[in-house]
Amino acid sequence: MKRLFLFLPVILVIVLGVVLFAGIGKDPNHLDSALIGKPVPAFNLSDLADAERQLDGEVFRGEVSLLNVWGTWCPACRDEHDDLLWLAEDKGVRIIGLNYKDNREDALVWLERLGDPYAVTIYDPRGTLGFDLGVYGAPETYVIDAEGIVRHRHVGVVNEKVWKEDLEPLVTRYREGA
Amino acid sequence: MARLFALCLLLAMLPLTVSADEANVQGFDNLAEEQRYRDLISELRCPKCQNQNIADSNAPISKDMRDAVYLMMQDGASDDAIVSSLVDRFGEFVRYNPEVDRRTFLLWATPAIAVGIGLLVVGGIVIRSRRRGEQGASLTAEEQARVNQLLAGEDRNNRS
Repeated sequence: MKRLFLFLPVILVIVLGVVLFAGIGKDPNHLDSALIGKPVPAFNLSDLADAERQLDGEVFRGEVSLLNVWGTWCPACRDEHDDLLWLAEDKGVRIIGLNYKDNREDALVWLERLGDPYAVTIYDPRGTLGFDLGVYGAPETYVIDAEGIVRHRHVGVVNEKVWKEDLEPLVTRYREGA
Repeated sequence: MARLFALCLLLAMLPLTVSADEANVQGFDNLAEEQRYRDLISELRCPKCQNQNIADSNAPISKDMRDAVYLMMQDGASDDAIVSSLVDRFGEFVRYNPEVDRRTFLLWATPAIAVGIGLLVVGGIVIRSRRRGEQGASLTAEEQARVNQLLAGEDRNNRS
């Protein structure tokens, strides 16, 4: 019994080591969205390309989509743009844009110059939908199922690796589920 | 003349600086409301910057959250309603004072558990040393004689 007691500090250190080791490499910036499993918050915003056209939650209905939050002021959004084009054109993914805290002219020039991967882009100059979604840093990409339910959030740049590892399995799963 | 011009320039700038300052400070009906606002924004955490509250953070998202808190206060929302509306959007992460539930139970219980373990350890040491003390007191007659002899021997050594 006494001898067992002597090993107590060793056991404690090992347990602490395992716990701390598990934390290594975890990104503390990664936050799970509070909206997983909930519908996209209600909104009523105009189409980026057509100021007259009002968009609401119906844009997500009928097909699994990615919702990509971007702005021309966001350098990382420029980084992922080519990968979004690749997803839209080669992989046939429906991507909905959320132009976040930006202005219409700049955003349209950007899409003209770099190409437009978005099936439709929601124009959110004051960031109201972004706020309701809990967007804390562009770019962010959400997987939205065909019923308009938020299934996943990815914060940061989307690239081939992120698509293969995180997004594609989910998109495939919810497509099959529909 | 140059000095007069400079003075006019400074005077012209004065109202500008005042209005910029006013823009930073939200308008409140009374001090209690302002204090409530300060308490709220100091216990909400900025989701972008990991370890700053939204009162201290300059991140755009913190400003949006401060504005949201202010607007909800003007609409007469309670503290709980304000906090939970932000938690619904950004998750439990934004609370510096999270509610006790299954996920945060360990967080709240750890200090009590640590104190408990500490008390057990201290208690164990005290009991043990007391037991040893009792053993030390109960020397056999033979041992006591040997102790006396040793002490006496040492005395003699010291004197010589």
